[in-house]
Amino acid sequence: MHYFDYAATSPILDDVLEAMLPYLREGFGNPSSVYAVGRESKKGIEQAREQVADAIGANPSQVIFTAGGTEADNLALKGSAGKSEAGHIITTGIEHHAVLHSARWLESQGSTLTVLRVSGDGVVDLDALEAALTPRTRLVSIMLVNNELGSIQPVAEAVNLIREKSKALVHTDAVQGLGKMKVDVDDLGVDLASFSAHKLGGPKGTGALFVKRGTPLEPLFHGGGQERDLRSGTPNVAGIVGFGVAAQIAAKEVDEEAERLGKLRDDLQERLLTLIDGVTVNAAHAPRIPGTLSVNIAGVEGESLLLMLDSNDIAASSGSACASGSLDPSHVLLAIGVPTALAHGSLRLSLGRATTTANIDHLLGCLPKVVAKLRSIPARPARPAGPARRRR
Amino acid sequence: MSGGVDSSVAAYLMKEQGYDVTGIMLKLWKGAAANNESGCCSVDAAEDARRVAQLLDIPFYVFNFADEFERTVIANFKSEYSRGRTPNPCVECNRSIKFHALLDRARKVGASTLATGHYAQVDQRGGQYLLKQSVDRDKDQSYVLYMLTQDELSSARFPVGLFDKTEIRGIAESLGFRNANKADSQEICFVPDGDSHKFLADNVPEGSQRGQIVDDTGGVVGTHRGFAHYTLGQRRGLGVAKKFPVYVRKIDADTNTITIAQKDQMTATSINVSQVNFISGHYPPETRAEVVTRYRGPRSWATVTKTHAGYRVEFDFPADLAAPGQAAVFYQDEVVIGGGTVDD
Repeated sequence: MHYFDYAATSPILDDVLEAMLPYLREGFGNPSSVYAVGRESKKGIEQAREQVADAIGANPSQVIFTAGGTEADNLALKGSAGKSEAGHIITTGIEHHAVLHSARWLESQGSTLTVLRVSGDGVVDLDALEAALTPRTRLVSIMLVNNELGSIQPVAEAVNLIREKSKALVHTDAVQGLGKMKVDVDDLGVDLASFSAHKLGGPKGTGALFVKRGTPLEPLFHGGGQERDLRSGTPNVAGIVGFGVAAQIAAKEVDEEAERLGKLRDDLQERLLTLIDGVTVNAAHAPRIPGTLSVNIAGVEGESLLLMLDSNDIAASSGSACASGSLDPSHVLLAIGVPTALAHGSLRLSLGRATTTANIDHLLGCLPKVVAKLRSIPARPARPAGPARRRR
Repeated sequence: MSGGVDSSVAAYLMKEQGYDVTGIMLKLWKGAAANNESGCCSVDAAEDARRVAQLLDIPFYVFNFADEFERTVIANFKSEYSRGRTPNPCVECNRSIKFHALLDRARKVGASTLATGHYAQVDQRGGQYLLKQSVDRDKDQSYVLYMLTQDELSSARFPVGLFDKTEIRGIAESLGFRNANKADSQEICFVPDGDSHKFLADNVPEGSQRGQIVDDTGGVVGTHRGFAHYTLGQRRGLGVAKKFPVYVRKIDADTNTITIAQKDQMTATSINVSQVNFISGHYPPETRAEVVTRYRGPRSWATVTKTHAGYRVEFDFPADLAAPGQAAVFYQDEVVIGGGTVDD
């Protein structure tokens, strides 16, 4: 298989799996228990907390483990803005649905919501942010890296602006950043930041929310009071241990890996543009994480394209998939002004740790042929529906 | 693959015949019906179809034709009802979506054949493709496929058409499909909760204004809830007290009037049909056929003659009045030779 969907998920790293296995076998204890096997589990979690904290420049006490990035986003938004008095929330039009739909839900509960416009290169407009801030603004959520475009958002600059003009809390969805670029929550200056393990070679179903000390936050779940009472429920010990190891490896190797992936991506982009006509690169002029390439291919529909790539053993994605698995034009591409017809022909290629030049050669061997085939058969003219004559 | 038993077993039968099968589900509707538990396009239906594809070990994809569906099937549905006519959305869907947009795309991605779960059969005779009724005549759906052309039939397969519905359910059960005993879909897939009155009220407001019900002498005998909410030939729900059963005889959108009549006036000796397709591709000046003017309706012998605007169907004996907008389908024995849209 030629895997080009690291932004969706990544294969688990061997070292990660090895670290997890003891906690799925003999180390099964409940970390809240006092006896030895329980203490071992607790130790595994606390070590992972240190590893994740080190990877993001935080103190371990500021890391709250969750069941993934979506939960971390929900906790950040609903936990900080969902309380009795409704306030003003600001976010951007290119957020992941975990943020955008949470913000919309808060709006339905009485909050007011401003969705900031972004540039044609998929970068949030700071002038719009400045104009939107009011003394009533309670929360601003701006993602660190867009999942479809790879565009990096000016979060630190945004935080400076926000601090000047309001007392709002600042959240960043950093799920696509960790492992792809250096992430330091202190440098970013945010109060809350979401992370997910499976984007960086960790297991699915594990994530974390960075919560700066003193940040008022209400839990989504009530129960045994685990994770500083912010995330009740017996922790996913093996998953958390795996996250810790994955974060540690990511932090250690990020510079080297970023350079390698950047070269591969630039090479892929250049050759793609040479080989196929009618290709436009999204967020081409924005600062981008290495490894993500979003293109629109005129004259093809993404659904057919993905099907044919799949049959050539290539895994990639297009638009954003909904629960029924169908593709609607991506809200991100529409937000950056890609016309709907062109957005239907979008393709996201995201590279990662195991991507090689051979994968890219295979992709570039297939893609021009597939595109040519999809463009070769013109659609039949529509057959008229209903009678043409008007009844008198 | 709709998630229902017929298309699920169709996928299995194609695989059994040695085809390299890929399952496709159509997402056709972006409105509220997507959350219907029973309807197609719902998350439940998608999960059922996906699960069947997993059991058959075939790839499965969802194609989103919601825009095309809106532009064709829904637009036709609204415009026909707004004119007091009664469209058949399944016919429009086959015409514009399944055997047009989907078939085109299937061919583009390299498929040779498009199989569906329709109860019908494709046959060949003398270099011609024939569309025939299914073996299970109670389930026959050849009526909604009359618009197919030679080109489209050359790529079409209806594998369940060779079997009785009970056999299809038996196959599904033996394969462990959880949808084996799922009820047949009856409702229009895009109408939320099967509430067609609400859908029409929301989407065809001009046909949802109260108006007069008159009898054949022109005397006012009642009030209707909006002409779009009635179908020619309808007997129930008229709210008119008469000694004899009365039926909707005429729907006049221009005057918002519904005319009722007794049974003996509910026949016609001829109808005009437009948008005619002859499956052979040859349009005869005149032919004999048994004509069906509603889904699962009776057959009536007729002479079908070409006119300047379409075809005229002259029945041998007065036939049930046909509702404008419905399909008139021409049969010779078990073969569909063509059909068109009933005008008047």
